[in-house]
Parts: sequence; structure tokens; C-alpha cells
Amino acid sequence: MNAKLQSTPDAMGRFGLFGGRYVPETLIEALNELTTEYEKACKDEAFQQEFHRYLNEYVGRPSRLYFAERLTKEAGGAKILLKREDLNHTGAHKINNSIGQALLAKRMGKKRIIAETGAGQHGVATATACALFNFPCRVYMGEEDIRRQKLNVFKMQAMGAEVCPVTTGSRTLRDAVNEAMRDWMSTVGDTHYIIGSAVGPHPFPWIVRDFQSVIGKESREQCIAQTGKLPKVVVASVGGGSNAAGMFFPFIHDKDVEIVGVEAGGRGPKPGGNAATLSHGAPGILHGAFSYVLQDTDGQTADVHSVSAGLDYPGVGPEHSYWKDTGRVKYTNVNDEEALAGFDLCSKLEGILPALETAHAVVEAMRIASKLTKDDVVLVCFSGRGDKDCYEIARVTGESLE
Amino acid sequence: MNAIDAAFERLKTGNKKAFIPFIAAGDPDIESTKELAKTLAKNGASIIEIGFPYSDPIADGPVIQAAYTRALNKGLKIEHILKAIAEVSLDLEKEKILVPFVAMVSMSIIHRFGKDKFIEGCLKAGFSGLIIPDLPVEESLEIAKDLKKAGLSLILLVTPNTPKERALLILSACSGFVYCVSVSGITGERDKIPEELLKNLAWLRKQTPLPLCVGFGISKPEHAKVLRDHADGVIVGSAIVKHIETAEKVGLPAVKTAIATLAESLVSALNS
Repeated sequence: MNAKLQSTPDAMGRFGLFGGRYVPETLIEALNELTTEYEKACKDEAFQQEFHRYLNEYVGRPSRLYFAERLTKEAGGAKILLKREDLNHTGAHKINNSIGQALLAKRMGKKRIIAETGAGQHGVATATACALFNFPCRVYMGEEDIRRQKLNVFKMQAMGAEVCPVTTGSRTLRDAVNEAMRDWMSTVGDTHYIIGSAVGPHPFPWIVRDFQSVIGKESREQCIAQTGKLPKVVVASVGGGSNAAGMFFPFIHDKDVEIVGVEAGGRGPKPGGNAATLSHGAPGILHGAFSYVLQDTDGQTADVHSVSAGLDYPGVGPEHSYWKDTGRVKYTNVNDEEALAGFDLCSKLEGILPALETAHAVVEAMRIASKLTKDDVVLVCFSGRGDKDCYEIARVTGESLE
Repeated sequence: MNAIDAAFERLKTGNKKAFIPFIAAGDPDIESTKELAKTLAKNGASIIEIGFPYSDPIADGPVIQAAYTRALNKGLKIEHILKAIAEVSLDLEKEKILVPFVAMVSMSIIHRFGKDKFIEGCLKAGFSGLIIPDLPVEESLEIAKDLKKAGLSLILLVTPNTPKERALLILSACSGFVYCVSVSGITGERDKIPEELLKNLAWLRKQTPLPLCVGFGISKPEHAKVLRDHADGVIVGSAIVKHIETAEKVGLPAVKTAIATLAESLVSALNS
């Protein structure tokens, strides 16, 4: 099945059936320009070197691959290795993409950057890159998320970004994407939109996946160096799917490596209770791409829920839909309660506070590891640190940090 | 002949320009939509655009998005819109008023509802064409074939930043009329008609026999006066929807009077 898996989107910007461009005519030229420039940048040695120099010297890459001894013991099966994206500057994998796209914007001669953010991690990463490369930066963020993530709002503003509250619709990530797209429609000439996940119209899913693939490339080499072989299973959490796409892609052609994406099971499978798009959704169109979507029978986007603000998204990157339908990647989900227990366990056993997104992957990895033997390796993308979630976790567990 | 083509034939014969108002279906409710469509049809509308509310309309400005949200919050479904327009079409036919309807609808909706089922529903309801604002010409080939078979027009958009070569591709796939977007950006009222637009219209005129209609930001008789010598019609959305959003406060009769007055002033500016 893997021999013919597509590595890059086709001429219509699709991975198999998924992807493409469903956006107003006004954006088409900007997307064409971005595609052309990105293709050039891919082949440009100097661009790639500059990108990797910033990743190494500024972000702090390569990130560590850590053998989680106590989690391994607790699961009682395969070795669990954590790819420590939480140790990156700004505390999550998001910075890889923000640095890459900011360099691309510089290359295209753009004068201004916009971004959307949900929980604020991508907003912080983009504000960081904009401070570094001296771009004026506007971040669209749902009013509801601004309330929940005050610290990240403060960080973005401290780095000179303007945080623009979004008051339409559900006032969360989905509406922040809409608002960023609207801004871009009026400013396409001088503005680049740094989208935060492997979603949106072509070429965004491809660009984001490529900039994030440093995660999987490093992991693959580190795993071989440390254990003498490839992992048996690779696990990552999937919201829009950027950390997962970056982790999975370099393993796609390793046919003996099983790959598992973990979505947000929320409060359960009932509509509105989760954000498990690939488990409970159907192919449809959202934010410019054809992919799995959670929507009603009229095509209206559904409300979603997850305890993790980073997984709380009704769509998913088109390449994940492609991997699902080709059977290359298995997608499952972990619910709120299990993720919170995973946060607790990982914190107490390893002394590492995982982001709630990451906690979903840790829980699934332990389940998988428990069914394997000690000679097997389960590799987990530890996408981010949990500091940002402490207030929310305290709130849902009935404590208070105020 | 498709009703949109026929409408432009009649306008041409009478040496007149098209006034194309837009309303969001289900705002303030679907019964009012029927009333409002009839009001516009009887007050000079040449064609009426019916917006299908969508939860994530990225091409629309705040006024139209708010109208969509109001409609969806009341539980509006596609079937309600199709039924309402079918009823209005029948009433207008009885009164011998010839005003074609165009559906403005996201591809997200068409795809999920089912393309064939949607086209069939549009035909039954009496729609004459579709505008799918998030479907670029490259992605439109399949549905264009189906619409042609059904006798429905596919109206495509050309924007100020569409390169000439691409505009030619769009013109070759377009039918009914060309939707010329006045500015880069979203729907909503604006003060001035950009100079650039008039140049683009002149160029488009040389490339296609299709009528050219200008939308995005058109709200005042002054705009219509400037455009009447350069285009075949104007599309007015947000300015009308803004009146409709006051319906809860001032009542539907007052809204009908207000949009009839606006329609009259635009029609007279277009044709005086």
C-alpha cells in the first residue's frame, strides 16, 4: 500500500482526493505566488541553510529524544521515547513553522504578517518570529480564547504583536481563521498569512508539513542512533495536525513502522462533544480545503469540544485525510478524562508537564506500549509543555490558581 | 433561453442597466425573505441574489456574516430556502413579473447537501443560476458541466488582482454575467469607485460578450451613476442587508419601504 503514497500535492494541490483550493478568487494569485516562491525556496540551498541555522541557534534544535523510563515501566511493555518539542523556544513545535514561514515572507518581500491562534501557542510563536525578523504582526484570536489564555495574550503583546479579538460566530479558533482570511483578502499585496496548522488552501498544508518535518527527520535518526532500529509505532496528537504531519511524514515510506494519530475524544462521540474529525466526521470543505470535517447535513460547521484548546478544531489537514483513506495512518481518540489523567501521570512519573494536546498522545502511546514487548519502541511526539494549561486544568479539577 | 440571458436581452432592448440586489435567506426569517424578494422584484430588481447562509463565509464582510448568523441561529435549513423561493417564483409568475433568482452559495454547502440533489432543488425552486464564491475556476469544471446540462448559469468572479490570462480562462467558463469585484477584499459598503476598476471593465468588455456587473462595496446612487457607462449592472448587498437587520426593531413594513426607496434610487441612477 505504501509504494505509491504521494509525498507532495499534485498539480491541483491535492493529496489523493483531499486538499485543493476552495477560496475566493481574490486569494488565488497570492496562493499562486506563495506556491512558486515556496518551490524555489525548497531548491534554494541558502534558504534551507538559513532556516536550519535559526532552528538550531534560536529555537534550540535538534530537540532531545528522551527515553521515558518510568512511563515505560508503568505501561509494562515497549520502550517509550519522547520527542521533546516542549523544549523548543516558546515551548512547543509551533515555532518551527513560524520561523520557516516568516523567512518565506521575507523572501517574498512582504511587509506585514497576520496569523490566527486558538490557545495562543501559534500566536506566540508567530509574534516571536515577527520580533526576530522585524515584521509588524497582527494575531486574530477568539474573544473566548483571549479570556482563557491571558498569559499568551500578554506574551504576544510584550513581543510587539497586536492581538485582535474575534467576536463573530463561536469566538474561537475557527472564527479566528475566518477573520485572518478576511484580513488577507484586503491586504494580499503586502501581507503574508502564517497559518498555524497543516490546514487551509494549497500550498499551506504542504508548507506547514515540510517546516514541521524536522521533527520526524530528527526523531528517525535519533531513534536509530539510540536503539539501533526504527520504532515499531509512532504516535502524535492531531488537531489541525501540524505536529503529527511533521512527525509522521519522514516515516511514511517505512512500511514496518505503524503510525497512529490521536484526536480529541472530548466528552464522547455525540456531535458537539468532541473534536475527533477523522473518527466522527465526513469529507467536506472547510477553510479552503477538501478534507474530513465535522459538519451537519447542510454543510454547516459543527460545534466542537475538547479540554485541550489546541485540538478544539472542526477540521483536519488534508494529508491526514489522505493517510486515513489509504490506510497508512490509523486515527483514534482519547477523551478529556483520560487526557487529564495522562497529564497527571506524566507529570508525576517523569517530572514533565505535558500540554493537554500532548497528554492525548502520551495516553495512547502507553496503551499501545502495554501490548508490545520490551524490544519494541514506541515514539511519541511530545508536542508542547503544559504550563499554558495549568489554569484550565486547575479549573476543571476544582482547584484555583487565582 | 436561460432566464438570466433573457433578462439581459430585455435590458439591452430597453437600453437599461441591471440592478441586482442581494438578500440573505432566512433573515430575519424565511417568511420575511419571501416578502422582501417580492418587494425588490416589484421595485426595479432585474435579477435577485439569494444568499444561502453559511457558518464560515470567508468572502463576506461583517454585515452579511451577521445576517447569516441570525438566520442559522433560527434553525434555517437549505430545504426551507428552496421551498420559499419556489413559492415566490410561483407568485411572481402569476403576476407576470420576470425576475430571475441566483443562488449565492458556498461549495461547502453544495458538497455536503449533495451536488446533484442541490442542482435539482435549485431547478425546482426556480433558480436560474449559481454564484459559488469559494469555487475558483480550476475547481469548477465538474459542476459547470452539470449546471450547463440543467440549464443553470454559473456566474464567476473576476477581481482586481486577477491576471489577464486567468481572466480569459474565467470568462470562458462563465455564463449569465460576469461578477466584477470592485476591490480586493470582502463584501461591504465603500465610499469610492476605484479608477482601476473602470480600466478593467473596459478591458473585459473587449474580451467577452457577457454582461459585466459590478459588486462589493456598491451602495449609493453615486456609485451607480459612475458605473452605468462602464458596466451592464450593479450588485448591491450589504447596503440592503443593513436595512433588513433593523427588522426586529422597526418592523418588516418599514424595512420594505426602506429597501424599495433604496432600490428606486439606484434604478433611477442607473438609467437616468
